[in-house]
Amino acid sequence: MKLLKLTAGLLTLIWLTGCTTLGGNKESDAGAAGSDVVVEDRNADTSGIDGENASGSDIDGGAETLVIAGEEQFQGGDVLDDPNSPLSNRVVYFEYDSSTVREEDLTTLEAHAAYLGENPSVTIRLVGHTDERGSREYNLALGERRALSIRQTLMLQGASVKQFQVTSFGEERTDVEGHDEAAWQQNRRVELNYVGR
Amino acid sequence: MTKRWLASFWLLALLLPWQAQALIIEITGGSEAALPIAIVPFGSEGFSAPEDISAVIQNDLSRSGRFSPLPESDLISSPHEKSEINFKDWRLLRSEGLLVGKVSSVDGETYQVQFQLFDVYKGQQLVGKRYQVPASGLRRLAHQISDQVYQALTGEIGVFSTRLAFVSVRDNSDGSKRYTLQVSDSDGANPRTVLQSKQPILSPNWASDGERLAYVSFENGKAEVFVQEMRSGRRNSVAAFKGLNSAPAWSPDGKKLALTLSKAGNPEIYVLELASGKLSRVTHNSQAIDTEAVWMPNSRELLFTSDRGGRPQIYKVSADGGRAKRVTFEGRYNASPDISSDGRTLAMVHGLNGQFYIAVQDLDSGAVLVLTETGRDESPSFAPNGRMILYATEKNSHGELAAVSVDGRIHQRLGESDRDVREPAWSPIRK
Repeated sequence: MKLLKLTAGLLTLIWLTGCTTLGGNKESDAGAAGSDVVVEDRNADTSGIDGENASGSDIDGGAETLVIAGEEQFQGGDVLDDPNSPLSNRVVYFEYDSSTVREEDLTTLEAHAAYLGENPSVTIRLVGHTDERGSREYNLALGERRALSIRQTLMLQGASVKQFQVTSFGEERTDVEGHDEAAWQQNRRVELNYVGR
Repeated sequence: MTKRWLASFWLLALLLPWQAQALIIEITGGSEAALPIAIVPFGSEGFSAPEDISAVIQNDLSRSGRFSPLPESDLISSPHEKSEINFKDWRLLRSEGLLVGKVSSVDGETYQVQFQLFDVYKGQQLVGKRYQVPASGLRRLAHQISDQVYQALTGEIGVFSTRLAFVSVRDNSDGSKRYTLQVSDSDGANPRTVLQSKQPILSPNWASDGERLAYVSFENGKAEVFVQEMRSGRRNSVAAFKGLNSAPAWSPDGKKLALTLSKAGNPEIYVLELASGKLSRVTHNSQAIDTEAVWMPNSRELLFTSDRGGRPQIYKVSADGGRAKRVTFEGRYNASPDISSDGRTLAMVHGLNGQFYIAVQDLDSGAVLVLTETGRDESPSFAPNGRMILYATEKNSHGELAAVSVDGRIHQRLGESDRDVREPAWSPIRK
């Protein structure tokens, strides 16, 4: 049983690695291309807006560190970098139109709550997502509710409210392309991203 | 030098194809009761006009599903004004309406256009006008003539000179996405990009003056609401509170925005007075999602989506707050309300066995009519005359726009080839 869990954890790690690499490229290219938002007027005269995209690049940031650390230094390093720790699991999933935490995610969440409790200076960004079905605006709210539900669970177990940033992307950032239950299941999620890692 | 040249080449390659590409409108189902109309190709003396005005008008009327223009080969002659019309002959065609007109060049830049619409049976002119416009105004003028023909023959307001706003999404070669907010003519022609971003853009909503759009942009890493002026391109952030800032909806007088904000910990409906920045909270239900407000035409009430009953349903509440009253009862999922300009018909996304359709509900009787069939339909937006509903759908895993008449009989597809289009919003009638 324990072995199974470990394997699952490792698989998740590998899966996260895949996502992270993609996400990482995305953000660095975004930077290279310069201004992120461009407004065009009636004459299609393109002018840049000095909008920042700073917080957008936080996503996947935590997991990215994990990849490098996984190879080299988790011995004696930060427990966050240990691929065998339940802390390495940074995504939890939900049932359709639900924000209830699933039983199989409780171990993961307990570990994160304990870590946050022991490290009160650490902050974590919870990013809620939904599958593509139904209203986009409703899904935006549902993604936030999922993230808040995770925050609530972590707070009940010792984390403090100041340690959280909560965001929702609704159905706008699906993790898996596809229009079936297999894809939807992977997209109904909250990502736990440690800030500055 | 070479590098710079390459960079600009890439920019062009990225920009050109989708700047130029218009939505293609296809009528996928029509009304049997379509009125025949004879549209004679407009005369132009010895030159070819930069825009085929009568073809644009013919497309408009045909696309509405209310008219069936006669094929050109059936037309018995090519009159361009009343003196050239023999009404007795035209009566044989059994078309009540006859549209004629001509275009002449005033100078290289300006054109004179005149049109006349006749009642063939009475031999009378129903409407006729003459205009002078620059070449760039010819297409818009054609839509205005379509509006007048439509109104003269149906008694209803035409919406051909309105515009559509929508969000288009393209995959970049590096795996990132490019979101653009676009505005096109009502026939999908002349698409212009009014905003582009690497982050999602959502929920465009027109002010009643047709000059401002409110929308949600994630450019700062989270949902925030912006208002942008169409002429100048000038934009302002109007809501960037902690938590969600989303679902903007203009009040009928264009002075207030209803919004969804979760700054108090849970998504609630608020009303923001734009001039003063005064914010008032409308809903108080800390357990439920309250979102997607839309103003009733009376300016006093809002419709919105809430899951306070367990599942998303549509409710009505006074814009000053107070108790909300449930409006939808049929089905387990009703969301994304929009309301017809007469305040009588509610359009919504209606969930049925895990599929999502566009449906309308008569607010007096409560009767629900499901209008669409694909099961992946969302974001309904009424035409300003209340006859058609524009919505987003999916075909071959590809987002596209479609429109359906409120009786479900006329279906149109607004096709696109290489990108996803979604989040449509039909503009009000330009004053």
